[in-house]
Amino acid sequence: MSTAVFSDVISCPAGSAPAVQDCALEASGLSIGYPLGRGGGWKTVHSRVDFVLRRGELTSLIGLNGAGKSTLLRTLCGFQPALSGTVRVLGKELQEYSSHELALTVGVVLTERTGAGGLTVRELVALGRQPHTGFFGRLGERDREVVSEAMSAVGIGHKAESYVSELSDGERQRAMIAKALAQECPVIVLDEPTAFLDVASRIETMSLLHDTARRQGKAVLLSTHDIDNALIFSDRLLLLPAGEGCGTDAPVVSGSPEDLVLDGSLKAFFGRRGMNFDVRSGQLSTGVSGPKVGVDGDSLTARWMANALARNGFTPVLPAEGIPCVRCLSPTCIEVSDPLSATPVTVSCISQAVMSVISRQS
Amino acid sequence: MARKSVRDSKTRRIYLVLLPLLALLAAGNLFYGAVPIPPGEVLDILFGGGGDNPAWRIILTGSRLPQAVTALLAGAALAVSGLLLQTLFRNPLAGPSILGISDGANLGVALVMLACGGVAGSFGGYMATVAGAMAGAFAILAVIVFFSRRVGSNVMLLIIGIMVGYLVSSCISILNYYASADKVRQFVMWGMGDFSAVSSAQLPFFSAAACIGLVWALLLVKPLNALLLGEKYAANLGVNVWAARIHVLVCTGLMTAVVTAFCGPVSFIGLAVPHIARLLLGTSDHRTLVPATALSGSCIALACNMLTVIPGTGMLLPLNAVTPLFGAPVIIYVIVNRKSIQYFN
Repeated sequence: MSTAVFSDVISCPAGSAPAVQDCALEASGLSIGYPLGRGGGWKTVHSRVDFVLRRGELTSLIGLNGAGKSTLLRTLCGFQPALSGTVRVLGKELQEYSSHELALTVGVVLTERTGAGGLTVRELVALGRQPHTGFFGRLGERDREVVSEAMSAVGIGHKAESYVSELSDGERQRAMIAKALAQECPVIVLDEPTAFLDVASRIETMSLLHDTARRQGKAVLLSTHDIDNALIFSDRLLLLPAGEGCGTDAPVVSGSPEDLVLDGSLKAFFGRRGMNFDVRSGQLSTGVSGPKVGVDGDSLTARWMANALARNGFTPVLPAEGIPCVRCLSPTCIEVSDPLSATPVTVSCISQAVMSVISRQS
Repeated sequence: MARKSVRDSKTRRIYLVLLPLLALLAAGNLFYGAVPIPPGEVLDILFGGGGDNPAWRIILTGSRLPQAVTALLAGAALAVSGLLLQTLFRNPLAGPSILGISDGANLGVALVMLACGGVAGSFGGYMATVAGAMAGAFAILAVIVFFSRRVGSNVMLLIIGIMVGYLVSSCISILNYYASADKVRQFVMWGMGDFSAVSSAQLPFFSAAACIGLVWALLLVKPLNALLLGEKYAANLGVNVWAARIHVLVCTGLMTAVVTAFCGPVSFIGLAVPHIARLLLGTSDHRTLVPATALSGSCIALACNMLTVIPGTGMLLPLNAVTPLFGAPVIIYVIVNRKSIQYFN
């Protein structure tokens, strides 16, 4: 199998930074919305969206339900027009693309169920070659090679002759990603690719997409609600705040996940919905905070101690004067102290420590 | 690659079965009929001989031969229409008769027959019937397209199609009520379905129209395959979805209207045959599915046409009394087994 099958490959080993980070898609002053029922007219969801997608990068679009993630993705794929502003793909405006050119430039993976159960995985992936083939869609030698490469790239080559209906949800998602790869587009857009997947498939899919972006130099944009994996696998996050209809008019923020965590952007983003983003664990919790309890000691035990305390209505913080403290010496040796009594109590597991903190509280 | 070649050879085997079967059934239609004719005489007449009995020659060349050609083409056209509609609406239970398209053609014919004076066998009369059927079929297609934009769910669209069919039927009942008994009888007979209504003189027109529809359908295989993934995916693969939809609907409307105008509203072939073809081939790929559906449709129409002859009596059953005998069990089988049939999932 030749390595040069993908025409737009920018060769670089996995894990290293891509050789070129040129801009694949650029939205500037973009205004997006959807048509309003029978009265006509359009409802604007966002009026100033600016961001850039780079080759070799995985970008995750994050926003709560109703923020307009799908509307934005549909606009970028050319399924619906932008209300104003421009989307430039590879330096050319989206409207100037013919439908055939666009099919060669932006590949999509959607959430909707397909009627492709009666096709084999190979036939499904081969549909991605349609923009490259002739009137009857007959596959040439190179087309077949690209299809095989795409299937092995997503690790579904062993199921090539299975029917799509026989696949698990995760495998189906992989097959659709292979279809997008076979299309050989420099930009790939995926609408919630991990939505219906179990935990393991989510991680596999995100990892696959990140690798794909790196290895093949593609600009990959996906929308997701899975903050944890987005923080782990994305090269760039795109935070889409609730739209104009919701009374806020915050701009779209983009940047690397780590920068957005440390500069408080993520905390501010979720804070608007009353959610608390913990900059240490990278996890979300409801904004309600209970009595503070100090936690320190062995980092593994302390991490799960904090989890147990938070669930029981406490707010775990670093130890301080005047609040109860839990010192985790080891998973089986935990000291609980409080400012009123001088001697700490030693317990042998987290659940006992929680009981002890609760009893001291009352 | 092993299973791929298995699949290819399976496809080839199915053609190897279907083509001889088609020839066999076509021959059966020529040799077997209400009037017994010795096989030797049939061969003699077919190869240009005069035959012992001039009546036999008239029966063969004027009735059985055009009837076999009609059944062959009508079966293929109806089956392919059904396949196209099932793919377009992404609903395995779509078909010309279910979506009300046949009813539309029916109403057009009823208007011509009952209101405008009927078809007295003249070529012009038949053309009026065809025009009526086309107008009716396309009117219903337009209604279905209109609703398909408003109603997202295919099941809902199917129900709308059935309701439109009822509305059209009630219009036909009203027309019947005011028409003379003679015309009503003529219309009712037409409504029972019949492959024998195409005369040798009309056969070229009928064949040309059916063949145009079938070739047209073959030219649509690439967008049809893309449409299996849904309209958005198809659009992303560079398919002009709007144009593809119009092509599919006009092609379907043409075939359904022509067949309905000449043969009456033939039931079940459009609905059931695409399922038979998909189950036989084990694929939804239209490049093999369209030809296989056309062949299966021809075979089944020819078989049904033979079954209308009650052996030994010289009596004929209406075509629409025979087609449900094969069609309804197929649909029931498909629905009962839908969980294990790939193309449903």
